Amino acid sequence: MLDSQTAENTPLIDEALEPTDLEDAVDEPDRVQPAIEFRDVHLSFDDQKILNGICFSVRRGETKIILGRSGGGKSTIIRMILGLLKPDSGQIVIDGEDITDHGEEEMMSIRQKIGMVFQEGALFDSLSVFENVAYRLIEQGVDHEEIEHEVRRMLRFVDLEDAIDKMPIELSGGMRRRVGIARALIGDPSIVLFDEPTAGLDPPTARTICELAIKLRDLQDVSSIFVTHEMNNVRYLSSEYATVEPDGRVIFENEGERLCLLNTEVIMLRQGKVGFSGSDEQLRNVKDEYIQRFINGK
Amino acid sequence: MDLFTRFLAELQEISLLIWEAFAGLFSRPRYIAETTRQMDLIGVGSLPIVLLTGFFTGGVLVLQTYPTLEYYSIQNEAGRSVATSLIRELGPVLSALMVSGRIGSAISAELGSMVVSQQIDAMRALGTNPSRKLVAPRVLALIFMLPLLTVAADIFGLFGGGIVASLLYNQDYHVFIDSVRNGIKTEDIIAGMIKPLFFGLIIGSVACYKGLSTTGGTVGVGRATTNAVVISSIWVIIFDFFLSKALQVILDIGRI
Repeated sequence: MLDSQTAENTPLIDEALEPTDLEDAVDEPDRVQPAIEFRDVHLSFDDQKILNGICFSVRRGETKIILGRSGGGKSTIIRMILGLLKPDSGQIVIDGEDITDHGEEEMMSIRQKIGMVFQEGALFDSLSVFENVAYRLIEQGVDHEEIEHEVRRMLRFVDLEDAIDKMPIELSGGMRRRVGIARALIGDPSIVLFDEPTAGLDPPTARTICELAIKLRDLQDVSSIFVTHEMNNVRYLSSEYATVEPDGRVIFENEGERLCLLNTEVIMLRQGKVGFSGSDEQLRNVKDEYIQRFINGK
Repeated sequence: MDLFTRFLAELQEISLLIWEAFAGLFSRPRYIAETTRQMDLIGVGSLPIVLLTGFFTGGVLVLQTYPTLEYYSIQNEAGRSVATSLIRELGPVLSALMVSGRIGSAISAELGSMVVSQQIDAMRALGTNPSRKLVAPRVLALIFMLPLLTVAADIFGLFGGGIVASLLYNQDYHVFIDSVRNGIKTEDIIAGMIKPLFFGLIIGSVACYKGLSTTGGTVGVGRATTNAVVISSIWVIIFDFFLSKALQVILDIGRI
């Protein structure tokens, strides 16, 4: 028997988020092409080498967990995907398009397919929750009725529809992160970037954030990068998957005899390079003192 | 990087920022509502402080110059003296300095806070260009509103000067008004309106650049705010000298 963990008070899946039909997905030619590719990327700030030949790719529907010490370049990788930083050399490819030398105007169309969850939420503090989540749609001039429908749909996904009229200052840290996730998901991006979204949160709230990431991966076929240095997050993302019950309720199950997760991998940055790349099981069993000290905390 | 090289690098960055902001005006999206909101904040919001500055500047000009004019028996020229000083010079410069302190600090603090809390990154990630959304409305609003604020300061300055001349020195207010009317030429008014256009551009550019280039957390925001006010004030004073000379030549002003 598998261990099942039913998320209490989980919103019904039907209207909030329709599961993507993945049956024929494996035959689609688009799936062969990675969603994100880093090809021998180098970056230095003044004389300090931050990224020293980074190479990795994120397949469609895959979650790549990036581990590393503070200041190790994890958030820098995310900023480069968004075009907020340019590499000194190497290539960055998003959905087959080389964005390495793209200017701001060219990056606008790339950013339409990417959602970004910032470390502290990065909500616009002069705008309400509604206006924050609706930001992208307002900028695009979408009709107000459609904006309201989409905003409420996203806030239901993160279980914060009641906070729609609140200001960010009135929200707790966890609620701000969840609003940040709702804002990132507007427009149904195919790539979502999580930059230490659970930093400073209590364990139950951090768990909630991870569940949202798992739902996106398993029910929406979103490709994502999850930057963290908390091993609990690695465990949740690598060992659990989301399924939909017949009554529409989302439950989280542990991988085991019935299912083995192949759509989540871990990479660890070390001195600007990829020091490890593989599954969470391989990470736990690798005979490297630095990695063992990192994952065990001693 | 030595001081001169850093100055040139910053001048380049400011120029690029303003170029990007103004180039964006020729295509969508144009943030007209945001520009109007900034005009209200900058123009209407700065009116009390600018009127106060103008009023007391005009008053103190008469206070200081009247005894000297009376010594030379030309006290009837007090109005001309105040008018030419205010309209050509003190109105534009003092208004710009007041607005630099009030609005320049507010802009750099607001943008700096947005930078350190990653709101600018979030804006770019959501597909919005900060130059179009944040910089252009503020700079345009300053360019539009500073000349109007200067006119208001000039009017209140003349009013303040007239009150001092009338109440303290018992000058007939008709004499004061006639002296003002005879002392002002059209070229003086034009020059007095051209200067604030440049000052508005300077204050907006420096404040926006300092805000958007903030580093170092909340300490950095304070530093950026202080630098924005100090640097824009200094540039207003330096530009005023060169502008004054250029306008003297172009408009043939400054001759009696």
